[in-house]
Amino acid sequence: MHLILFFLFAGFCLAGAVNLLLQTHPINSALSLIVVMTSLAVLYLLLGAEFLAIAQIIVYSGAVMVLFTFVVMLLNAGREERTLGSRAAARVGFPAVVALCAILASIFLRAQGLGSAHLGEGLSNAPGQSNLVLLSQVLFHELLLPFEVTSVLILIAILGAVAIAHAEGSKIAGSERVAEK
Amino acid sequence: MTILAFFLWSLAKVAVVTVVMLMGIAYTVLLERKLVGRIQNRWGPSRVGPFGLLQPLVDGAKSFLKEDLIPTAVYRPIYLLAPIISLGCALIAIAVVPFGANMGPHGVDLFQISNINIGLLVILGITSMGVYGIALAGWSSNNKYSLLGSLRSSAQLISYELALGLSLVGVVLRAGSLNLRVIVEQQATLGAATWNILGGGQIVAFFIYLMAAFAETNRSPFDLPEAESELTGGYHTEYSSMKFAMFFMAEYGNMINVGCVATLLFLGGWTSPLGDLMPPLQNTFINALLPIFWFVVKVFAFLCLYVWVRGTLPRFRYDQLMNFGWRFLLPLAILNIVGTSLWLAYR
Repeated sequence: MHLILFFLFAGFCLAGAVNLLLQTHPINSALSLIVVMTSLAVLYLLLGAEFLAIAQIIVYSGAVMVLFTFVVMLLNAGREERTLGSRAAARVGFPAVVALCAILASIFLRAQGLGSAHLGEGLSNAPGQSNLVLLSQVLFHELLLPFEVTSVLILIAILGAVAIAHAEGSKIAGSERVAEK
Repeated sequence: MTILAFFLWSLAKVAVVTVVMLMGIAYTVLLERKLVGRIQNRWGPSRVGPFGLLQPLVDGAKSFLKEDLIPTAVYRPIYLLAPIISLGCALIAIAVVPFGANMGPHGVDLFQISNINIGLLVILGITSMGVYGIALAGWSSNNKYSLLGSLRSSAQLISYELALGLSLVGVVLRAGSLNLRVIVEQQATLGAATWNILGGGQIVAFFIYLMAAFAETNRSPFDLPEAESELTGGYHTEYSSMKFAMFFMAEYGNMINVGCVATLLFLGGWTSPLGDLMPPLQNTFINALLPIFWFVVKVFAFLCLYVWVRGTLPRFRYDQLMNFGWRFLLPLAILNIVGTSLWLAYR
């Protein structure tokens, strides 16, 4: 049962990712990326990480992708033009991707300690405890400093964005005043 | 319980809840028209059936039978997808809302479709996905006014989502869980005195939630994106008949969802306001239905509040709206979280 759900949503994820590359209009690519994010959230849910699944939907599908969609709509990005493509890329690119996937697969299959997670069960190292409680304990005890530093980082990013927008706004207002004179 | 039994029970619950929700949406429209009419000293729909009660059925038939115009230059796939996203998100969020106590035959939870441990976050997540319906509708309509309306509306929605989520953190701190059943049961100890709005000390959070919810559902006084006199209808200008009706239903469906979440988190959910003063009745059938009665009464009161505010207050201007969301509600919600944490740590 869980295997069927895994194949179904992994299929959606891969189909969305391939569709993202094949579409010419950027809005279709953005919507395919939303499908990929939501399928990933379902895969996290199957592995027992329910908080991570819903955080993926709220943060990625619900905020980051809204931002992408805004950019596509505001910049009125049109369809891509079909070019002939690069023959060198076709000859070297596809075999390179296949080789890369083969190397990664062999590394993953030989690694020790993998394969302890099972579909449909909870976390294997703390059965019975809620996902959210464990995550918050780790976040606020062992990883407190990185947590606080990340929030300061986001604050700096917001201040930078406000400063840039403010500078541009006053530049435009200044040029209008000069034009009026 | 076998997977097949679980699947069939879930299907039955989904069918019943969807039918009830759609009928509720239709009659919420009638409630609004009658109440706004009474506020404006007129009757509202009163000719179709007694007290206008058959009006929603006739409105539904009208929506089906109207001509379905699709302008030529719209971006068709997304034009057709947008109302589906809006209505889908409005209907899916009701799946985690518990209407009554945890009872049912053979261990089936009859009054909630799915009991998820992170139920509250699921509702917030689905609300954030609902923004796409509006954003894509305006963009795909190939109309300047629709695009402006949809961009304004999306910016408004993502700004007030923050205040909405933060106002609910105080309730979660008190309850210690994100599971909606646990949050309600934790409020039920003494009847109305321990509901989160009164004894729980979350009255500020309730008002922040109320205002953020008005903005999230694009309702007055925050309904600039769809005001007819401002943007010729905003994001649903180019939609006709059934697709327009789907946007309309999505708006009222979101109102009902927000009302359900407010009753669960602040007004004690399905628990009676009298608490332990009323002894449990002998008849198990009435015992099972009484919580649903309390839940419906509270959601109905919340919807009447919604319509009352719509009939009374004028609209916000767009910059006033964004100012209010970012510079008043957000700091107030953060102060509420700090205050609740300090109070809980002190106890």
